[in-house]
Amino acid sequence: MRADLEIIEKWIQPESHVLDLGCGDGTLLDYLQREKQATGFGLEINPDHITTCMGRGVSVIEQDLDVQGLGNFHDQSFDVVLMTQALQAVRRPDIVLDEMLRLGRECIVTFPNFAYWRLRWYLMRQGRMPESETLPYKWYNTPNIHLCTFKDFEALCYRKNIQIMNRTVVDSEHRYRWFNRLWPNMLGQIAIYRITR
Amino acid sequence: MPDSLPPDSVGLVEPQTLHFDEPLTLACGQTLPHYDLVVETYGDLNADRSNAVLICHALSGHHHAAGYHSLEERKPGWWDSCIGPGKPIDTNRFFVVSLNNLGGCHGSTGPISTNPDTGHCYGPDFPVVTVKDWVDSQAKLADRLGIKQWAAVVGGSLGGMQALQWSLSYPERLRHAVVIASTPRLTAQNIAFNEVARKAITSDPEFYDGRYAEHNATPRRGLMLARMVGHITYLSDASMGEKFGRELREEAYKFGYDAEFQVESYLRYQGERFSETFDANTYLLMTRALDYFDPAYDYDNDLAAAMSQARCEFLVLSFSTDWRFTPTRSEELVNAMIAARRKVSYAEIDAPWGHDAFLIPTPRYEDIFTAYMDRVAREVQQ
Repeated sequence: MRADLEIIEKWIQPESHVLDLGCGDGTLLDYLQREKQATGFGLEINPDHITTCMGRGVSVIEQDLDVQGLGNFHDQSFDVVLMTQALQAVRRPDIVLDEMLRLGRECIVTFPNFAYWRLRWYLMRQGRMPESETLPYKWYNTPNIHLCTFKDFEALCYRKNIQIMNRTVVDSEHRYRWFNRLWPNMLGQIAIYRITR
Repeated sequence: MPDSLPPDSVGLVEPQTLHFDEPLTLACGQTLPHYDLVVETYGDLNADRSNAVLICHALSGHHHAAGYHSLEERKPGWWDSCIGPGKPIDTNRFFVVSLNNLGGCHGSTGPISTNPDTGHCYGPDFPVVTVKDWVDSQAKLADRLGIKQWAAVVGGSLGGMQALQWSLSYPERLRHAVVIASTPRLTAQNIAFNEVARKAITSDPEFYDGRYAEHNATPRRGLMLARMVGHITYLSDASMGEKFGRELREEAYKFGYDAEFQVESYLRYQGERFSETFDANTYLLMTRALDYFDPAYDYDNDLAAAMSQARCEFLVLSFSTDWRFTPTRSEELVNAMIAARRKVSYAEIDAPWGHDAFLIPTPRYEDIFTAYMDRVAREVQQ
């Protein structure tokens, strides 16, 4: 399992009711169902991922956050709402965060840090929109329309009265390194936040 | 029918008639003292009887879902595209049971059967049966076959309603319900179309208040009209446009009212063919069963409260151009299942054929159906 999913998994209590927004092929939900007796649903729009989820017994709903929103889910109907590597790709991340916190007691989000030193260096040296392993797109075809830095995210949380319960920073292989912790906004590539209200 | 049977066909099949002597009490309050169900089965029941799949048919369907009755048969069973060796409902792994529902006109007890009280056919005296009644009769069929729990109950349209009703009436007796192109209840528009169909039949002078058999008559024109209007709701504007467009049967307008456009002659042909093979009283009964279906009704119109009775897992599928039972109706059902914390997977399949899409294989439909049923099979073979 991907290293960031291993970190997330530790933050989820057994028998939690989980909503995974952009659940991919259902790896995490499958693991949570088997190892932690979790229940819940994944939302996904990629047809191949949806088929894979169905084949492995992960409950998956075809639903596009940007088009349909999350209005069909009730307030506080989940223990945890997850969103891994998708916040930067939705039309309004701030509204999605509000919605996630409406549905779940806790939320876990992961996203790439645009203030990572290599990206800063790329922009400074080349004067062009950075491309990297975690962000392998051109400015015109990237799905990542709302890139932000850790500082930006935390500023948004502050403004919205969102409490940060845990924060971990990992590299592109999702490994946890000591220097990430030293200066996360400069040295961290991917952030994992556990938030509540 | 070609000279040889395709390798992915269940092959030659033979329906059997099962007689039930135990009375069946219906939702309308009447009781059927005894009844017959016509059944086809495909594949083999495994040792612990856990690999059985029930197929529920839609409005004009019947027990002949797959394979051929003879080498002369022109077309295989109505869902042959999805049932057979290597197909989504894989008969190498599942024991598939398909029946003609009560009230039908293909061999199970219905309006054309003999009423034991009179010695004549029931005709309009056959009680109105509901989806719940069908499921009760299907449970008796399961008992007869020694099936305590279905691996899955599967159906499209009105068949999907039966799969849904199974999950509520007998929550412990199925592991999965596959509900395709269906709805938790008809809308006013759906009921309105049914009413037009019924009115077409009952206003045919040959209908004789449903006692047409006694008059040696058949309300053929009414049945034809009913089917024509029904058929329009099964297709999409786009698929009709593609199939017929404004194409004329002959080169120029004839300034008359015969079937000049291809679509007119197609509808007339479909209607005529249907009116020769289907019973009018059965058509009335089936459309009424559709109208009455509403599992939320008993729960203060709270569908989530109804769904919390279910124990099985669900696969719900809708089709993008289905305007009879739109994707929104399926989503309504899925949302109730989510609120009730039932296990459910849902996909809206992009297909141009309207409601009929559930009968037509497309790559994504097949992929999903196969992946899901494969998992169902893996569960029972452990």
